[in-house]
Amino acid sequence: MDLTLKVWRQNGPQDAGRMETYPVSGVSPDMSFLEMMDMMNDQIIRNGGDPVAFDHDCREGICGMCSMFINGEAHGPNRGTTTCQLHMRSFKDGDTITIEPWRASAFPVVKDLAVDRSSFDRVIQSGGYISVNTSGETLDANAIPVPKGQADDAFSAATCIGCGACVATCKNASAMLFVSAKVSQFALLPQGQPERATRVQRMVEQMDKEGFGNCTNTGACAVECPKGIDLSNIARMNRDYLSASAKEE
Amino acid sequence: MSKSGILKSSLAKKYAMALTGLFLCLFLVGHLAGNLQLIFITGAEGQQAFNEYAQFMTTFPLVKILSYLTYASVLFHVVDGIVLTMQNRNARPVGYVKENGAANAKWASRNMGILGTIILVFLVSHMQSFWYTMHFGEIPLHNGLKDLHSVVLQFFSPENALGLVAVIGYVLAQMAVAFHLSHGFQSGFQSLGVRHAKYTPIIEWTGMAFALLVPALFAIIPIFLYITQL
Repeated sequence: MDLTLKVWRQNGPQDAGRMETYPVSGVSPDMSFLEMMDMMNDQIIRNGGDPVAFDHDCREGICGMCSMFINGEAHGPNRGTTTCQLHMRSFKDGDTITIEPWRASAFPVVKDLAVDRSSFDRVIQSGGYISVNTSGETLDANAIPVPKGQADDAFSAATCIGCGACVATCKNASAMLFVSAKVSQFALLPQGQPERATRVQRMVEQMDKEGFGNCTNTGACAVECPKGIDLSNIARMNRDYLSASAKEE
Repeated sequence: MSKSGILKSSLAKKYAMALTGLFLCLFLVGHLAGNLQLIFITGAEGQQAFNEYAQFMTTFPLVKILSYLTYASVLFHVVDGIVLTMQNRNARPVGYVKENGAANAKWASRNMGILGTIILVFLVSHMQSFWYTMHFGEIPLHNGLKDLHSVVLQFFSPENALGLVAVIGYVLAQMAVAFHLSHGFQSGFQSLGVRHAKYTPIIEWTGMAFALLVPALFAIIPIFLYITQL
């Protein structure tokens, strides 16, 4: 396959940045998108250029590192996949592919396609945990009865890999899907109950502080989420926050 | 968390948007019921009935309270909408070169601000035409009552130089209302956290039916008045 790549280049956080065009030839349809990016970088390096910086790690769809806004969509055109799970067979020979970084003030560009997603980490630090001692005397999780449906919903919420596709996709750069998944995974389980009210309040407060936009319920986040996180999590967070604020003394 | 936290939070703005929006949906039903008299009771009988209704709506204390609540809701919905939109713009200072919004969200959901602005422009013109005339303008009397019925008929009349423009403008504004409601109705419930596997499909279905039916019935009225006066 012969492709034309239009890639966002930005030397650092303060640089204005610009789109640059790279023709790439001999791409195999069986390559993953990241392997194709490696091929492009190899070509750039051989020509004495600076390779394009992009985030990647596990390359099997579970770490949440790979990002990239491909042809106007987070992680490209396919549903339920990260960029590493996107294969070149999803494109046609001769295609022009536009590749941009996640765009949000809360995700500043570090270099080229790599963005700083530590705002997500700070949201987690503000309350996305349960305060239990885990040094040796841990209870067997199965000793606490949890209804099957509730356990399933909690696990579904916990599959969020924090990749940021929801923020990148949302026209408002809202982080509601991510934060609500991280709120829900504890709100649905007995272990999460003692801190349920303070958790949702603190995490929403931190989310706002980080400068994410407001949710307008377009539902785009859930469509583009590689893990299929559901909008019901956002409704649960809306509910929990309302009840936590109402009960607050 | 600070006590005033909720007032500043992004979620509180969404609750306010939802509550005012859903209240305005109720207002639309009431307003529509009143307007439909223009179609169902015609002639001198209709004129008397409509003018009595208009008199009641502008003087009865309970209705007055509701109308102040409606003004407040419109104002809050608009201001809150502007604040939310500005914050959302700031959340993405550098946009995408290529963005395929249609791939993952409906058009109406992505353009609520534009639709709302169209509705606001219509609302100002609409209130100037009827609400202002009824409350503060010069209005002829009929059987001792302010003759709003004639004002409405005259406004949407072929004899009025701008009658056809008024009808077309009204219908276009109702289309904006329809699109706004097609997202807003169910979105309001989601913002308030009302979501359930069993009931959400019913809410969504009701929202779509409401978005189609209410603006369509509103739009029929000026068309009917124009045609019957040809």
